[in-house]
Amino acid sequence: MALTVVLVAVMMVAVSIGAVTIPLGDVWGIVLHHLGGGGATADPALDQIVWNFRTPRVVLAALVGAGLAVSGVVLQAVVANPLADPYVLGVSSGASLGAVLVITLTSGALGGLGVSSAAFAGAVVAVVLVFLLGRRGGRLAPTRLVLSGVAVGYLFLAATSYLQLRATPTELRTVMFWMLGSVAGAQWGQLPLVSVVVLTATVALALFGRRLNALLAGDESATALGVDVHRLRALLLVLASLLTGTVIAVAGGIGFVGLMIPHLVRLATGADHRRLLPQAALVGAIYLVVVDLLSRTVNRPNELPLGILTALFGAPFFLWLLRRNKSLDSL
Amino acid sequence: MKLTVEQLHITLDRNPILRDVTLEARPGDIVGLVGPNGSGKSTLLRTVYRSLRPQQGVVRVDGDDVWALSARDAARRTAAVLQDSGGSPTGLCVTEIVALGRTPHHGLLGRDGADDHEAVEEALDQCGARPLADRDFTSLSGGERQRVLLARALAQRPRLLVLDELTNHLDIRARFELLDLIRSTGITTLAVLHDLDLAARLCDHLVALHRGEVVAAGPVLDVLTPDLLRDVFGVTATAGRHPDGVVRITYGAKPLALDLLPEKAVS
Repeated sequence: MALTVVLVAVMMVAVSIGAVTIPLGDVWGIVLHHLGGGGATADPALDQIVWNFRTPRVVLAALVGAGLAVSGVVLQAVVANPLADPYVLGVSSGASLGAVLVITLTSGALGGLGVSSAAFAGAVVAVVLVFLLGRRGGRLAPTRLVLSGVAVGYLFLAATSYLQLRATPTELRTVMFWMLGSVAGAQWGQLPLVSVVVLTATVALALFGRRLNALLAGDESATALGVDVHRLRALLLVLASLLTGTVIAVAGGIGFVGLMIPHLVRLATGADHRRLLPQAALVGAIYLVVVDLLSRTVNRPNELPLGILTALFGAPFFLWLLRRNKSLDSL
Repeated sequence: MKLTVEQLHITLDRNPILRDVTLEARPGDIVGLVGPNGSGKSTLLRTVYRSLRPQQGVVRVDGDDVWALSARDAARRTAAVLQDSGGSPTGLCVTEIVALGRTPHHGLLGRDGADDHEAVEEALDQCGARPLADRDFTSLSGGERQRVLLARALAQRPRLLVLDELTNHLDIRARFELLDLIRSTGITTLAVLHDLDLAARLCDHLVALHRGEVVAAGPVLDVLTPDLLRDVFGVTATAGRHPDGVVRITYGAKPLALDLLPEKAVS
């Protein structure tokens, strides 16, 4: 509950700050007005900035942060590996190849939607390939999956690197920016689809909280606890991959959030997934809203890609936390 | 709760692991599964807790084929403490580990109720794990861990307990305490035990497995004959009941010379 309040507050502040700083009261009034809660219509220019430029961007940042954090929590449990993140099954390498193909072959003529679609398609191809390679006897085996993900990742990276070598400097810059992630292109039009995917997947995954906990006991013990481990693992991987693929398609390959936030929240609240999943979603959302705010303010008027900042601010904090915490030594 | 295993055959990667295995545990019985490494003990347990589907034969718990039950229904009858039980439960405290035992009692939307709370509390008390309740599982000693995992199994409110090497790596006092604990539950139990002295101490009946076949079954002293100890375990030894009622096994000074090891056990 407290985290929800923090998220709303952080989102409000993020909307108010920018090239033109808008008082929080005005932001609140404009948002309420558009949500149908009355309120006075403000200056049309301010309204335009708040409602058409900044709000969709901030909302998208929150959705992307939540999606990456949830996906990271689930993948860490499902492949039983603390190094797992949303990209462990090759999603990002597939999406990158798709995006780079469109950017270099069409010189960006297709625009954002073309890149998004290609990235999503690339993510799907990579994940399907990893699922096929990660099976043994009709079942998905965690170690095999992770190693297949790494191998497919390198394969796609080879193709992506080759395309980058042949790209013009302008294309290359677009590619770099895409790979490091950004929500600068956010539009209201894309939000319904993204929010439906992120919210549905998060609620669905949270319903499996009790079974995710059982998975922590090991496959055989989880089976003895009445969990159909193989079916559960396949279902969770499909849901998490869909979530990651959607997020990466609209925001590019934002790193580190999906690795760090799950560990951070787990250290704070424990590993019970019924608590962990919703809290990770909120903390992920808060973190990415803040990072996006920094990305457009620290280097004004230029924007920084999110991937640089998530790691730049996240890594030292995360390392400090790791050093303080003893329970990780027994991993 | 009665357990019957009827004419079980298991082949994994074309290697026969279990051949025509039949055994029975009557309500309240503690049945020990003994045999050397690779004799098929753990595989047999897997068929009982519904992890491995036999190619032939049936495992019945209270008359029902476990594969005719759903995974959840089967887990409401049978609980297991296994060797992978450590898993990687980082971040779960002891109470949360014990509460995992309630998993089969809930569907997707089920929330913890009074039943769950009561089952967890009772299991913690029964296993003397109450003082550990808030500890992180990974901070526990080996003996404490096993007691917590047994509490998890009891929180499942099972009518059959399956135990795989529950006392491995534990000091002697912790072993005896665990055995007493299992006896005190009164739950029908099928236990794999490497240590024959412990098996003799805990169990009403033993089933000896050798190369995937049952070579002897019955009361402890009927199974642990010098012939069986020689043929199956490759040691010279005798088992006898001491005046205090405890069965003890006296081993010879040396294992049997390799060339004396029988190629195949005589049943």
